[in-house]
This record gives sequence, C-alpha cells and structure tokens, in this order.
Amino acid sequence: MKFDMINIYASLPEIIVIVSACALLIIDLFLKKEQKRLVAYLSLAVVIIAAGETWRIAGNPLLVFDKMFIVDNYAIFFKMLFYLATFLAILLSINYIKIEEIEHSEYYILMLFALSGMMLMASGADLLTIYLGLELMALPIYMLVGFMKKDIKSNEASMKYIVLGALSSGILLYGISLIYGLTGTTQLSELAAVLKKQTDIDSAVILSTIFLVAGFGFKVAAVPFHMWAPDAYEGAPTSITAFMSVGSKAAAFAVFLRVLLDALSPVSLNWIALISAISVVTMILGSVVALVQTNIKRMLAYSSIGHAGYALLGFVAGGSDGIASVMLYMLIYAFMNMGIFGAIIIMRKGGIVGDNIEDYTGLAKVHRGIALLMLIFLFSLAGIPPTAGFVGKFYIFMALIHKGFIALAVIAALTAAISAYFYIRIIMLMYMKEPLHKFDLAQTPATRIALAIAAAGTIIIGILPAWFIELVQKAVFS
Amino acid sequence: MPDVNTLIEVALIIVKVVIVSMILFSLPLPLTWLERKIAGHIQLRLGPFRVGPHGVLQPLADMIKLMFKEDITPYKADKWLFRLSPIVAMVPAFAVYATIPFGNTVTVPFINKEISLHIADMNVGILYVLAIGGITVYGIMLGGWASNSKYALLGGIRASAQMVSYEIALTFSCVGVVMIANSLSLVDIVHTQKGAILGILPNWNIFYQPLGFIIFLIAALAETNRIPFDLPEDEGTLAAGYHVEYSGMRFAFFMLTEYLAMVTVSVLSVILFFGGWNSPPLVPETLNNLIPPIFWFIGKVAVFIYFFMWLRFTLPRYRYDQLMTIGWKILLPLSLLNILITGLLLI
Amino acid sequence: MVVEDKFYNLIFAIFILQFREHDMEKLFFLTFAAIAVISALAVVSVRNPVHSAIALIVCLFQVAAVFILLRSPFLAAVQVFIYVGAVMVLFLFVIMMLDIKRAVITSFLPSGRFWIIALLLLLIGEIVFTLADSKLVDIQMAQASLDGTVMEIGKAMFSTYLLPFEIVSVILLVALMAAIVMGRKEIK
Repeated sequence: MKFDMINIYASLPEIIVIVSACALLIIDLFLKKEQKRLVAYLSLAVVIIAAGETWRIAGNPLLVFDKMFIVDNYAIFFKMLFYLATFLAILLSINYIKIEEIEHSEYYILMLFALSGMMLMASGADLLTIYLGLELMALPIYMLVGFMKKDIKSNEASMKYIVLGALSSGILLYGISLIYGLTGTTQLSELAAVLKKQTDIDSAVILSTIFLVAGFGFKVAAVPFHMWAPDAYEGAPTSITAFMSVGSKAAAFAVFLRVLLDALSPVSLNWIALISAISVVTMILGSVVALVQTNIKRMLAYSSIGHAGYALLGFVAGGSDGIASVMLYMLIYAFMNMGIFGAIIIMRKGGIVGDNIEDYTGLAKVHRGIALLMLIFLFSLAGIPPTAGFVGKFYIFMALIHKGFIALAVIAALTAAISAYFYIRIIMLMYMKEPLHKFDLAQTPATRIALAIAAAGTIIIGILPAWFIELVQKAVFS
Repeated sequence: MPDVNTLIEVALIIVKVVIVSMILFSLPLPLTWLERKIAGHIQLRLGPFRVGPHGVLQPLADMIKLMFKEDITPYKADKWLFRLSPIVAMVPAFAVYATIPFGNTVTVPFINKEISLHIADMNVGILYVLAIGGITVYGIMLGGWASNSKYALLGGIRASAQMVSYEIALTFSCVGVVMIANSLSLVDIVHTQKGAILGILPNWNIFYQPLGFIIFLIAALAETNRIPFDLPEDEGTLAAGYHVEYSGMRFAFFMLTEYLAMVTVSVLSVILFFGGWNSPPLVPETLNNLIPPIFWFIGKVAVFIYFFMWLRFTLPRYRYDQLMTIGWKILLPLSLLNILITGLLLI
Repeated sequence: MVVEDKFYNLIFAIFILQFREHDMEKLFFLTFAAIAVISALAVVSVRNPVHSAIALIVCLFQVAAVFILLRSPFLAAVQVFIYVGAVMVLFLFVIMMLDIKRAVITSFLPSGRFWIIALLLLLIGEIVFTLADSKLVDIQMAQASLDGTVMEIGKAMFSTYLLPFEIVSVILLVALMAAIVMGRKEIK
C-alpha cells in the first residue's frame, strides 16, 4: 500500500491535538510556576484550531487508513461536541485547579490527550481503532480523576474507575475477538455486510453482542455497569467530573451508536430487547437513587446515569430518527451539564466546598444571576419547557412512539417526572430559604464566559429547536 | 509408521541436545579454575595450586564438596519457592542454546550425512535468546525473596530492577545487527558476515556497529550480574546477596547459571558482532581447509570469556544509582541513536 | 481394532514428533490450555501474592505456547519477552516490597459470597454453551507457514495497521506521562 496524503488530510485535527499536546509538554518545562496558566490558554487555542480544521475538512465523507478512519458528518458533529466540552471544561478549570492546589500543566495536556481519544472514537470505522481510541480517552481520564493526590476520595475514585474500566475493556475485547473470529473482519461496514449475508444468526454473534453492549455500557454508565460512576464523579475534581460526564459519555455514545446501528444493525432483533431492558432499569435507578443523595456531585452522577437511560431509548427507536435523537440529546446534555457543573465549580472557594446540596440554601437571595442560571440548567435537566432538556426528551419520545414503543415512552415519561423532584428540590432550597452562610463565589471572566455559553446553548436549543434538529438529521450516518 | 528419515532426524536432535547439555554442564569446571588462575596472576599470586598439577583438579574437588555439603533450607523460608528458584534460574540458561549455531554444516564420516551444528534454526532466534535469557532473573528474584532474609531480598530486588533496565538497551543494541542481516535468525546473521571489507578487514558486524557492540557489551555485563555490575550479590554490602541462604547443590546451580550466562554472552557477542564461525579473511586457504569453522567459533568465544574474567579483576564496582544512570540515561538513548544511524545508513 | 489403532497412534504421537500432526497439535493445545486455565484460577485463588504472580507467569507462558501452535513464533517470543521478561518482573518487584504476611491473611476469594461465584459459574456456563452451539468451533485454522511472519507483521504494522500502531504509541506515551505525574513528588 502506498501511503496517501489524504490520510494525513483526513486526520489532521487529531494530529494537531496530539502534536500540540506533546509540544505543550515540552513548553511546560520552560515555564515558571506563575506562568503555568499559559498552558491553559494555549490548550484553548489548540482546541479552537482543531475545531477550525475539522470544519474545513467537512463535506464529502472520507474513509481512510485502510477503512479504519472515517470523517463523515456524524464524526464531525461529535468532534465539535468534544471541542465544546473540552473548551468549556478548560475555561472552568483555570481558577478551580488553583483553588484545589493542583495547578500543573499536565492537567490540560492530559485533557487534550483525552480529547484526541474521543475524536478517534468518533472517527473509528473499525473496532480496532474504536477500542484504541477508547483506551486513549480513558487513560488520561483515570489519571485526571485521581489528580488530587492528597485527597483520599479522589484516590479512591481513580482506583475504582481504573479497575472497573480495565474490566470493561477486557469484556469489550472479548466481544470484539469473537466477532472477528466469526466474520473475519473488524471493519464496521464490512461486518454489517457479512452479518447481512448470514441467514441464521450464529449463537456466538449474540454472545459477542452481549459483550459489546456490556463493554460500552460501562463507558456510558448504564445500569448494571454504573457502579463506578457515583464514586468517580464525586471524587474527581469537579471540572473533570464535568469533562468526563459530557465528553467521555458523548464519545462512548458515538461509538455505541455506530457499532450497534451500523455494524450490528442486521442482528438488531437480538439486542433491542437487551437495550430496552438496560435503558428501563437505568432510568429507574438513576432517578430513584438520586432522590436520596445529599452530595450534589453524587446526585448529578445518578442523574447522569438516568440521562444515559433516556439516550439508550434512541437506540431502541433506531433508524435515522433514533440516531438523530441520541445525537441531539448528547448536544443538549453537554450544554446543560457543563452549565450546572460550572455553577458548582464557582461555589468552591474558601471554606465552602459546594458539594452538599444544603450549601445552596438561599443562594437566590444573594446571587440572583447565578441562581437564575442554575434554575435554567436544573429545569433543562428535569426536561421542563422551554429549555433544551425538554426538546431532547421530546424528540426521543417521539422517535419511540413513531416506532410503536409506547410502553417504553410511558415508563420514560414517568421516570422523568420522578427525577424532576430532586432537581426542583435544589431550586426550592435556593429560592425559598434564607441563606445559612455567606456566599463567596469564585467568579472569573473565564467561568463567566463558560456559563454564558452553556446558558445560551440551553436556552437557544429550547426556543429554536428546528435548526438543531435539522443539523443532527443531516449528520446521521447512513 | 513414521518413515526412517523422520526417525533419524528426531534421533539426531536428541543426540545434539544431549551433547550440548553435557558440554554446558561440565563447562563451569574449567571455567572456575581459569577464573581463579587469572585472578591469581592478575593479582600477582599463583591461584589454586594444590590439587593436581597447577591446581587443575581443584574444580573437581570443589564439585565433590558441594555435592556432599548439607542442603539447608531456612526455617522461615518459602520452602517451595526456595527449592524451585535455582532450577528456574538454571533452565533458561540451558534453553538458550537451543538456537545457538556453533558452526556451519559438517559431514559426519562413515554415515556420510550432513548435519548442521545447531539444534534448531528459529526464524526468531535472537528474540528467543533474549526472551528466554531474561527469565533467569526470576530464579534470582524468587530465590532472594523466598530466603526470607533481608540481604537476600535486597539482592533479589536489585537484580530485578537491574535486569529490566539493561534488557532494553541490550535488545535495542541487537536491532542494528538485525537490520543489517535483515533476519532475526542467528544462522542468517552469521551468514551475512562472510567475506571481507576491502580484502583486508573481516566483514564482521563490529565494523558496522561499533556503538552497538559497546552498548551490547556493557548491557550484557549487567545482565550477567558480573563486575562492575554485580550489585545483586555485592559482598561488601549484602554479604552474598540473593544466594546468601543457599548451600550445597542449590548454590552450585546458581553458580552454574552465572558461568553459563557469561558463556552465553560471549557466544552472542561472537555471533552478532564477530562473524560467528567465519574465519578472518587473510587466513591462507590451506589453513582454512585444515581448521573446521567450529574452532574459530570456540577460539573467539574463549577470547571473550578471558576478556570478561579480566574485567572482573580490573574494574571496581559501580554504585547502584550510577548503575541506573548508566542504564537509563546513557545506554538507552545511545542504543536508540544507534538504531537511527543504522536506519539512515541503510536507506 | 480401531480403538487399538488410535491408542497406538497417540502413544506414537507423544513420543515421536510429527507422526500425526493434527492429533499432536490437539494434544499440545489441550495441555497448554488446561495449564493456562488452571494457573489463571490459581492467580485469583491463592493467598500469597507472590504465588499469584508466579501463577500469572505460568499462564502467560502457556499463552506464548499457544501462539506457537498458531504458527506465530514472533508473537510467542514477544509475549515471553515483554510480559514474562519485563512486565511480570516489575509486578514482582512491587509485590516483593509489600508486607506479604498481612496480604496472606486476607483471602482474595470472597468465599462467603456464594452468589458471586454462582453468577460467575452461570456466566461461564452460558459462554461455553453458546460457543459450543456456534460454528466458531468448526472453523479450521488456515495452514500458515512459519517463515516470514516477522516481515509480514512488520509490513502490516506500517501499512494496513498504521493508524492503530500510531494510536498505541500515543497511548503508551500518555501512560508514561500519567505514571510520572502520579508518582512524582510535589515541588512547592
């Protein structure tokens, strides 16, 4: 095979991110302690440049590197989503990691590496690249979760995450090896072609599907593979919780969608029941367990589990509407989750950790703006119109009902109603009670920008959903 | 029934294995004598002189002593591992020779059959040698740990860190040779070193890979735990290091392993960098016909063995941090540089 | 007569190489696989961490042997070289520094939790039955030659599998960096 420059052209955004992460690693050596913040700004620049490059190569789908790497609208959509998540997470981190006393430039560099992993996942057209992208994303995040080395919770979170993550990788690899043994290929479209030809479905295909679902289920934190999520979300630095809950979840969903609805779509009858069951228990557990949490990060972890359940419903609906609904949900989730975590991050200053739900009592009396923003994000998470969260849920339910899964839609609506309770509880605390202590918020221009972007996204998608729905429908893979 | 030819092949392999193992088993006897003699002469004394003429029977006496010595297993040792370790150390030292070529094919008189002077020519020969050779460290580590003694444990820990550190440089230093030979097979590597450069110099890899050879030599010294890198058994600070609790035959196994490791390293140096059994180019044809290639091979190996013994009584021992610095900060980058240069020159 | 003939072949196969290549291979495979499974079980069930590590070494060796049966001596050598020769040495290096006596007291296997083992057995049973039902078991291995595998692997790595190869190198870099970040002392 002669090496073609189109390979470089198609993977230029990834190359930019990886090479500049390495360059930052070297630049860091020449910076003084006070200048370390420069790395954060440079990382932001890298993300913007990569986004520009991704935008430039958009257009005709490219399948390069021996059919292992694909650049289609779907991949570009998700890459843009990752840039957004990374950009906002870096903005929110700058002040936060200084307060937590973990201001090392490796923090941002690891984030960039995780970003490159996500991008490779979104562009993976072969189970091999997808798996490696997954590992490249997961490794830096394991490290980032445990970045607060002196905090025992952070250590515990990292440990649990890495052990369970390794286990899930093993399960995923076993599934992939079975698929490879049966079909002789790991390339997604070739896989679909081979599976389509088989008249009777081999029992090992079912087994490997189960393994793949379990492996990806770990990454999206679907029940019963969710155990790591609450601990990891709670222990990690809050900015990383935001980053992983949005970025790595979206990346996992991106490949999950591609694998199940592209490669394994010929055997969809085998996994639809499985995914439905998983999504139902995920929604129920996510909303019920979140009710009793006192730590807001833990509560949001369960809420995140619940949201994964809703997104999984889009898999059941299938077809281009199902895929589009999951994509839109991920976009909306990115905005609202980044927003709510941003609000938590600015609570962290001085003595207050801002982890307990009680800490927010009476916030509206002192800081009207922040309370209003939190209100918007919480409404959106609960799925109350006119916020974006409503649009996301509505689109998924519509896709479900179109395909005739009415019972599932009803269950989903019920759990959404349950979950509204714990979001609104926080709003009650903020607005109806007198403040217990003085609030001292860690606001900086960077966090203001991040919160503004998140709020704008949440509101605009809520008010003008048509444009965004059209956008995701264009980006669906065939 | 299998045909006769297959049976003969199988029988030949078995015979070769037996001969090679016997030679390897008895090799430490002359080597210990030689080492003590060389030590003596370097230090201006006579060395062993009592048993037999010039003390040549001394190793036999030592062997008898070791065989009849009480075999002590410490009370608090991990018994199972303690007994297993010397064997774990020794077996790889022998297994390495499965793929070492000692010479070209020779025709056996009377049955008029051509046989090759290696047990098996693997296409991943050099990788096999390095991989199996690396397993010896388990014997040392586990022996050190199982003894349940602090000196032994420290020796074991030192050995493991040292072996892992130098194994990388050792392997990378061989890559240059592999690139020149375009093969991992040791037989092929020797074959590419036939002939002469400009009619005078032998076409040996040492002239193409001087840097590679130096790295190989230093790393190999460290891998065999010989002075100046014998920190796992540093008698100054660790009594005898990992084998401090061993006695009798089990101790003898460790000694055997150590000598075999030295021989292996000499053999590898000859095969990789000094043309294996190839004779130097200026040797007259008649002499070449007279001397079978295997003698060239043995002669070169003997020179290397002498060299290693000479080093032992010439150089002082490194400190442990110096050892690590040499391994990671000097040898590893240099070996990578060597690969880079070789690659650039080969294009 | 037939049975006797088979028995005769088997005995021959054990003692004389390459008599019946197929039978011989099966025999070797079953031996290696059995030892691998037993040692893997030992890894999680023995109490002493050092013994666990040794069992893991044995297991990795068996996998290398299976690679040879799959006509891939290069992978076998690399398996021994990297996993046995380097990774496990570092494993042991760390374990040797632990307080083994305390580790020995706490058993790895939660014997009190019956349902975990039951669930595990159920899963294993499920895997075995599904695979037995599949056509995977009937797939015959292609007869590959022992020569030239290294060159083929090298060429494939830098052409067909260039992208995965590069990603792996980035992953290793990240792992290295993460390990250093985790391990270094904080400089105030």
